[in-house]
Amino acid sequence: MHTGIHGELLTIEHLNFSYEKNQQVLFDLNLHAHDGESIGLLGANGIGKSTLLKLLVGLYLDYDGRLEIVGHAVNKKNLNHVREHIGYVFQDSDSQLFMSTVEQDVSFGPRNYGLSEDEVKRRTDEALAKVHIEYLRNKQIYKLSGGEKKLAAIATILSMEPDIILMDEPSIALDPRNRRNLINILNELKCLKIVASHDLDFIMDTCERVVLLHDGTIIADDKAEVILRDKELLESHGLELPLRFQNY
Amino acid sequence: MDSIEKKLNEFKSIEELWQRSHWMNDLHPLGKLLISVIYIFTVVSINKYAVTPLILMSVYIIFGFVIGELSFKTGIYRMRLILPLVIFVGVLNPFFDKEVLLQVGDVGISRGVISMFTLMLKGFYAVLATYILIATTSIEKICYALSVLHVPKIIVIVVLLIGRYFYIMGEEADRIATAYKLRAPHQNGVHYSAWGTLVGMWLIRSMDRATIVYESMLLRGFKGDFSSEKIKVRAIDVIYPIVWITIFILIRHSYLFL
Repeated sequence: MHTGIHGELLTIEHLNFSYEKNQQVLFDLNLHAHDGESIGLLGANGIGKSTLLKLLVGLYLDYDGRLEIVGHAVNKKNLNHVREHIGYVFQDSDSQLFMSTVEQDVSFGPRNYGLSEDEVKRRTDEALAKVHIEYLRNKQIYKLSGGEKKLAAIATILSMEPDIILMDEPSIALDPRNRRNLINILNELKCLKIVASHDLDFIMDTCERVVLLHDGTIIADDKAEVILRDKELLESHGLELPLRFQNY
Repeated sequence: MDSIEKKLNEFKSIEELWQRSHWMNDLHPLGKLLISVIYIFTVVSINKYAVTPLILMSVYIIFGFVIGELSFKTGIYRMRLILPLVIFVGVLNPFFDKEVLLQVGDVGISRGVISMFTLMLKGFYAVLATYILIATTSIEKICYALSVLHVPKIIVIVVLLIGRYFYIMGEEADRIATAYKLRAPHQNGVHYSAWGTLVGMWLIRSMDRATIVYESMLLRGFKGDFSSEKIKVRAIDVIYPIVWITIFILIRHSYLFL
């Protein structure tokens, strides 16, 4: 839950991870992130962006190195503490939403943390208001459009009032209007956000800082304006300039 | 629309029934669950030759469909997979129990015919009573009622997750079947040579999606407990089941008053 902690919320030092022996995915990764930052996580397909996000929320625990969320080491013992501080919006909203209605899904997290019914209701109301979908409160999940599902998935995370929000390809399959809506909503959120995406224009609109991954390690970490204008850097790592910077 | 999609839509339409604004939907799920269970037990326990109390027991089914504003036709259609079993229950009784019990004009009705009729009716009532419950009570609320009854939480969670997993499997089956059909337009159904691959893919993809759902639950504090909003008990939630259970008992023992 949101603690209002300022300063360093995420610490990654010398992180190494492999699914199987001889198949290392992340190599000696170092990253520090602070309250209020918006970080875009870039890289070509299969370089370990989603793996890194899943490590941060403790879905994989057999890593080497130091990994801390709001001062808690990510390990089996601290898992509950870690997950109280961090929310993860999956790439596939369809699978993230599993209850019958939007309201039931949004209140699932707070209720599981044993909060009072008044607090659950307050958080649910606030989360729905933050993503402007109060009108979908009683709608069944299967009746939502792709854009609505994405917003509902974000609301399920916001209701837990996390200090850190991780998003995996949030703009995927959104039409321009829903995409713009999502950009505005993300820019209104004040917590630490880490957004993994191939949509470089989306990253440009939502993140001030960009981390570029290649072959399982960070090869650039700078302001979004700097990295997203570096054509040579992007192209040498399987990416392209954002459309707005391309000259036709 | 193919058959898988049709079945998914049927499932969705039951979810729509759960969302109705109707007083029967708003009743406490524990009361509705108890009524259904006791109704089925009462119906099953009625003597196999006792036609009158069995016909009187239809009052609950008629009330459920009429006052609950449920479509009888849809109810029968939804339960069509179970109904054939119900109809064939006791179909052999007339051959084994030929003793005449009733004489209607010149026609003697044997005990076997009566017991076949009552067995069918019992099965029919049980199926329709179950439909009344599931049409007015969501799976989450039924699980809530089970947890109030202190049913072991592992059973409650399994019931809840089976409901979700069933839907995920249906969606994946629909996607695979559609993808297959679009690339085999002249085939009627799936060729047997592709069955193994398709079923394998279906299970793997369903498990992948179920894993994501489970991870999503874990990340939102799921620790194996079923947490749901506490449902307040109102006077009607107590009176309604008491009235029905009293009626069932009176009908069950109606021979005492005759």
